[in-house]
Amino acid sequence: MALALPRRGLAQIAALIVILLIDRMVSPQFFDLRLQDGRLFGSLIDVLNRGAPVALLALGMVLVIATRGIDLSVGAVMAISGAIAASLADSHAWPVAVAAALGAGLLCGLWNGFLVAILGIQPIVATLILMVAGRGIAQLITEGRIVTFTSPDIIWFGTGSLLGMPAPVVIVVGMLIVTGLVVRGSALGLLIEAAGGNARASELSGVGIRTMVVSVYVWCSLCAALAGIIAAADIMGADANNAGLWLELDAILAVVIGGTSLFGGRFSLVLAVCGALIIQAMNTGILLSGYPPEFNLVVKAAVVLVVLLLQSPRLSDLVANYRKARA
Amino acid sequence: MQETAEARQPLLDVRGLSKSFAALRALDQVDFTLRAGEIHALLGENGAGKSTLIKVITGVLARDAGTVSLDGKEIVPRSAKEALTAGIATVYQEVNLLPNLSVAQNLYLGRQPTRFGIVRDGEMKRRAAELLAGYDLHIDVAAPLGSYSVAIQHVVAIARAVDLSARVLILDEPTASLDRHEVEMLFRTMRGLAARGIGIVFVTHFLDQVYEISDRITVLRNGRLIGERMTSALPRLDLIHMMLGRELSETTEERAVHEKSAAAPCASFTNFGKRGYIAPFDLELRHGEVVGLAGLLGSGRTETARLVFGAERADSGTASVEGKPIRLHSPRDAVQHGFGYCPEERKTDGIVAELTVRENIVLALQAKRGIAKPLSRREQDEIAARFIKLLDIRPPDPERPIGLLSGGNQQKALLARWLATEPRLLVLDEPTRGIDVGAHAEIIRLIRELCERGLALLVISSELDEIVAYSDRVVVLRDRAHVGALDEHAIGVPSILAAIAADDAARIAEEA
Repeated sequence: MALALPRRGLAQIAALIVILLIDRMVSPQFFDLRLQDGRLFGSLIDVLNRGAPVALLALGMVLVIATRGIDLSVGAVMAISGAIAASLADSHAWPVAVAAALGAGLLCGLWNGFLVAILGIQPIVATLILMVAGRGIAQLITEGRIVTFTSPDIIWFGTGSLLGMPAPVVIVVGMLIVTGLVVRGSALGLLIEAAGGNARASELSGVGIRTMVVSVYVWCSLCAALAGIIAAADIMGADANNAGLWLELDAILAVVIGGTSLFGGRFSLVLAVCGALIIQAMNTGILLSGYPPEFNLVVKAAVVLVVLLLQSPRLSDLVANYRKARA
Repeated sequence: MQETAEARQPLLDVRGLSKSFAALRALDQVDFTLRAGEIHALLGENGAGKSTLIKVITGVLARDAGTVSLDGKEIVPRSAKEALTAGIATVYQEVNLLPNLSVAQNLYLGRQPTRFGIVRDGEMKRRAAELLAGYDLHIDVAAPLGSYSVAIQHVVAIARAVDLSARVLILDEPTASLDRHEVEMLFRTMRGLAARGIGIVFVTHFLDQVYEISDRITVLRNGRLIGERMTSALPRLDLIHMMLGRELSETTEERAVHEKSAAAPCASFTNFGKRGYIAPFDLELRHGEVVGLAGLLGSGRTETARLVFGAERADSGTASVEGKPIRLHSPRDAVQHGFGYCPEERKTDGIVAELTVRENIVLALQAKRGIAKPLSRREQDEIAARFIKLLDIRPPDPERPIGLLSGGNQQKALLARWLATEPRLLVLDEPTRGIDVGAHAEIIRLIRELCERGLALLVISSELDEIVAYSDRVVVLRDRAHVGALDEHAIGVPSILAAIAADDAARIAEEA
């Protein structure tokens, strides 16, 4: 909705730096890094590593939100994909387990896309169905137990490393690049922003909105499935009750902090990931500070408010335009 | 009633009312007089200023200049609620009551009879039934409002408004979605209220109804008062003149007949129609030819355009391009076949406000090429720069969000969006609506130029002299049907007006 000339990203990057500096004040070793067994360790790496699942979710969510939709089912999709990966991890080769988990994500995305784009159900309701049912499906897959596994190949997704970085971080960077190439390397990005900004006008310009909407929900669920594999690998087991629980809300928050409006339109992949890091930097900071974790939620709310206010020059520009128009 | 109405004191007296939106003058020194006990039709085409006038009178919009007096006392309502308190009630086409509440609850919303703070349901129902009986309406007042027909909902809305001490009742397009029987019922209610001394302003675009019920007519055009007449003393042709035409002398010279060899057909539509939307029509569009669509508001002009562009799906007939039959189920199909459409509602159907001028210009071309074949940034820059220069879009900054441009420049950018796709047929719905005079002339010049380059054009406009100025053929519409066509030599404002009105006369003869 903002009509201001672009001035994007400054608020988010400033907020991330400020939070990291505060973390440094709370915990003097915050910026320390050390190399051990060919992998970097330190609180900063921790923020990246712990933030990876939400960052992945945000990468998919930002596209959905840009089309003026929302996907509440990503947490449940994480549980489904984690359950499948865990169930197959020890009995099948790792590519089979991973492909099956991602395939489940693909089906979930098609389902959401079908409800939203073909049947025209409001996204928040359409994805609520899978949000509720998905966790049930995950429990059916694990038969209500916590399924553990020992396959080192799958465990690598959670605790392995590549080029000195934890595997989840590498996966996020890889997905960011792939998503960026797909979205900005094709015309998809422009068409998503046009359809999110004004669906009627875009349709009258010949934009095929249905296919596009289905594909963003599919991509969002694929990202969630990948996040589910990471979460399962991290604990070497699948907990259908708790895997990805409430993470859809963190993902939405990350997207909003990243400056994408819930009314659709302009979006930024990098800033959505940045939003996920802001959230994780806060979580880590509060843990390190020794405050009880209950504070986490309240502090989170306060920081979110501040970041949104920092972005609000857009709003004040709008107000100024409006006043000018009325004067 | 008409004879006595003349003698009555003005009930509502509006003098010199003006209202501008940015550069656009929506109301310019408008006078309006409503006498007690009369039904006064307020007429005008889209953009004439009817709704602005109503909004200013009822305080929804602030006025720039002028006075509004009720019973000789000047009033300055600042909201619809204040206007209601003063005695002016408005009932809109979309009844703004709560369909899920009962009829009685709707009637007494916010003023329920209570005892010790508890709503007296029985008392409320009794009073509601009594009130509606006064309108000859005997329905179950405990049933939800939404379970009744739109006509009954209207009567309930009117009953509520009148019961809230209204003396002036404004009805904005109340009959738009009613069938003949329901209109009768509404008219009975209106006559009853007028007999009780309430002044009624009736906004509609159904001329038959105007002649059936109104005592007096006020016509607005382009924000100006064109005139106030007794209905009985105003023939239909004169009324249509007032609504559409400028002074005839102004308009006759503009037209230049372009001599053309018989042009090749570009797109043709046979028996093309959609039930309940527009009657089947035949339409042939040729290269290098402008076809104008003329008719009153609601006559089916936009409906024709949307059907031709696939925005509505036809349920009868066939479409063909260059002689070959085509599938036309969606705008996407239309774009693939080289059609373009600049819709009437620029803001909601045209621009994507937050995207840049460049992105808006390349949108249709990109959609036509498909997702997998993106235009490179350099190609986009080149296209945007070319059309900004060609159409003189200002400011000439391709990276500015299009929402910040003026209406005329937005319209040019939308034209650019379609020209970039190198279309064979362009449909323009009110291309000069809401645009200042300078840009107006430029758009018309552009239309002529495009046509000379071999494009087929289908143009809708309420400005008859404009249609006369650029059309090679004119199709006249009425009541959602194509009723006539004028060829090159027959085009003129008088002949178009005659075509619109002749059908009227024929209908009256038929009904009589």
